[in-house]
Amino acid sequence: MSERYEIRFSGAGGQGLITAGIILAEAASIVEGKHAVQSQSYGPEARGGASKSEVIISDGPIDYPKATIVDACLAMTQEACDKYANGIKPGGLLLLDEDFVPNIPEGDFRVVRIPIMRTAQEEIGRAIVANVVALGAMIALTDVVERESGLKAVLSRVPAAFKELNEKAYGLGFDKVKAAMAS
Amino acid sequence: MAKKVALLQGNDACAQGAVYAGCKFFGGYPITPSTEVAEVLSGELPKVGGKFIQMEDEIAAIASVIGASLAGSKALTASSGPGISLKQELIGYACIAEVPIVIVNVMRGGPSTGMPTGPGQSDVMQAKWGTHGDHAVIAVAPASCQEIFEETVRAFNLAEKYRMPVQILYDEIVGHMREPVTFPEPGELEVIDRTAPTVGPEDYKPFDPSQGQVPPLAAYGSGYKFHVTGLNKAPDGFPTTKAELVDAEERRQIAKVMDNVADIEKNEEYLTDDAEVIIWAFGSTSRSARYAVNELRKEGIKAGLFRPITLWPFPEKRTAELAQQAKAIVVPELNLGQMIYEVDRVAKGACAVAGVNRVDGEPINPGQIMDRVKEVL
Repeated sequence: MSERYEIRFSGAGGQGLITAGIILAEAASIVEGKHAVQSQSYGPEARGGASKSEVIISDGPIDYPKATIVDACLAMTQEACDKYANGIKPGGLLLLDEDFVPNIPEGDFRVVRIPIMRTAQEEIGRAIVANVVALGAMIALTDVVERESGLKAVLSRVPAAFKELNEKAYGLGFDKVKAAMAS
Repeated sequence: MAKKVALLQGNDACAQGAVYAGCKFFGGYPITPSTEVAEVLSGELPKVGGKFIQMEDEIAAIASVIGASLAGSKALTASSGPGISLKQELIGYACIAEVPIVIVNVMRGGPSTGMPTGPGQSDVMQAKWGTHGDHAVIAVAPASCQEIFEETVRAFNLAEKYRMPVQILYDEIVGHMREPVTFPEPGELEVIDRTAPTVGPEDYKPFDPSQGQVPPLAAYGSGYKFHVTGLNKAPDGFPTTKAELVDAEERRQIAKVMDNVADIEKNEEYLTDDAEVIIWAFGSTSRSARYAVNELRKEGIKAGLFRPITLWPFPEKRTAELAQQAKAIVVPELNLGQMIYEVDRVAKGACAVAGVNRVDGEPINPGQIMDRVKEVL
């Protein structure tokens, strides 16, 4: 059986984390030709509430489509962190939005903190691209796909007018995590 | 040229499969977790000369689909538990009037409104017995996005070939997850169209048993005029209470399915050859089961997976054979025990039969199945 790599994106409903998961799955499967399954769970609310999106990536066929033990988890809010930052593999990775997750869970995993929402709002000027910042950050954190594959998947989904905006968001998320991990 | 591959949601794959099969009509009413089937077809059907309509409720939706099919179009509706409950009367109508239609049920929990965004597999007995009266049922239960595409095509084929409603049952997990789907080329998958009458309109009888178990179906608007009713009917379509005609009609409608089980049945087996314990699982749960089989084998336990893709008619013969071979059959399902009754009925005590059940909105995970296997062995 092939090795599974399991990633979870969590945050508030409406933050675009399901989309971030879809783009990562596209980068892995359509761009890089690996096997990938993306799934999600969310409440009945259209906005708000905690939501999660999971992506399983493998070199071989994937049977169980949900996470078993998470290699890397993102939490954008404290509520999401409390609800979904669990089941992380020993030695795994936890990525937090440093402004919105003040209570950092303890465990046998590495915590990396960057200001995801603030980067989108202040450096890009658009909160809506926070999910693309988060995607760049997650790919930098895990190296589960190439930086270029992730960018290609992002750009294939956005209209021409928004390509530059999204490319910048992706790059900022990626670079901030690499810097945080190096320090 | 390389085939088109896209990361598709299960519901999207269903819609794309319907278009491939030649579906030209969708009548529906939105409901989580099935709505994306409607959403995608509202965009795709107009591109292929088809029609999409959102009706005022689920009952009207299936009525529109029956009408569209009688007018000669391959037609689809999609819903979830509460909507499928509403459709039961007209599912029976499509059975007795022998109208080919396809009904997608993206299963959530229940009864009633239940948990709309959670997965369930608790409508499998409803699919068999939901509408009243004796009737044969065909239902398929795909477990991946690729398989949803292919089984949607097959569901249309079976509906057209046997002139009856066919249900596609998959749960919220498979309906909402995304996987790469390879689009088959035109002609790569078989596409079956209903048999047209060989006689002229003046000689046509819509339920003429001399034409075989599945009499040809003419399209309204093509010059053929005939009566359609929910009453028991004579070969010409008009109501009858003649005992021998009613009896023959009822029996023919069951026999057209049960005499052709070999054509309709479809299963997948994984490591069953030497298996001492069979995990009998369908839909998303079969994916947990396959994971569990691999883990159990690592621990030296000879486990195998039997996965029915056609859920109804029930795979009696193979299930009975496996019951003779194995020490136990474990049946995980996202309900409090439904298909296990059929497995138990067919096993006839030849081996232990044990369930793994969950109805809290979470999937059955491989560990739960492994624990149950170890308990029963």
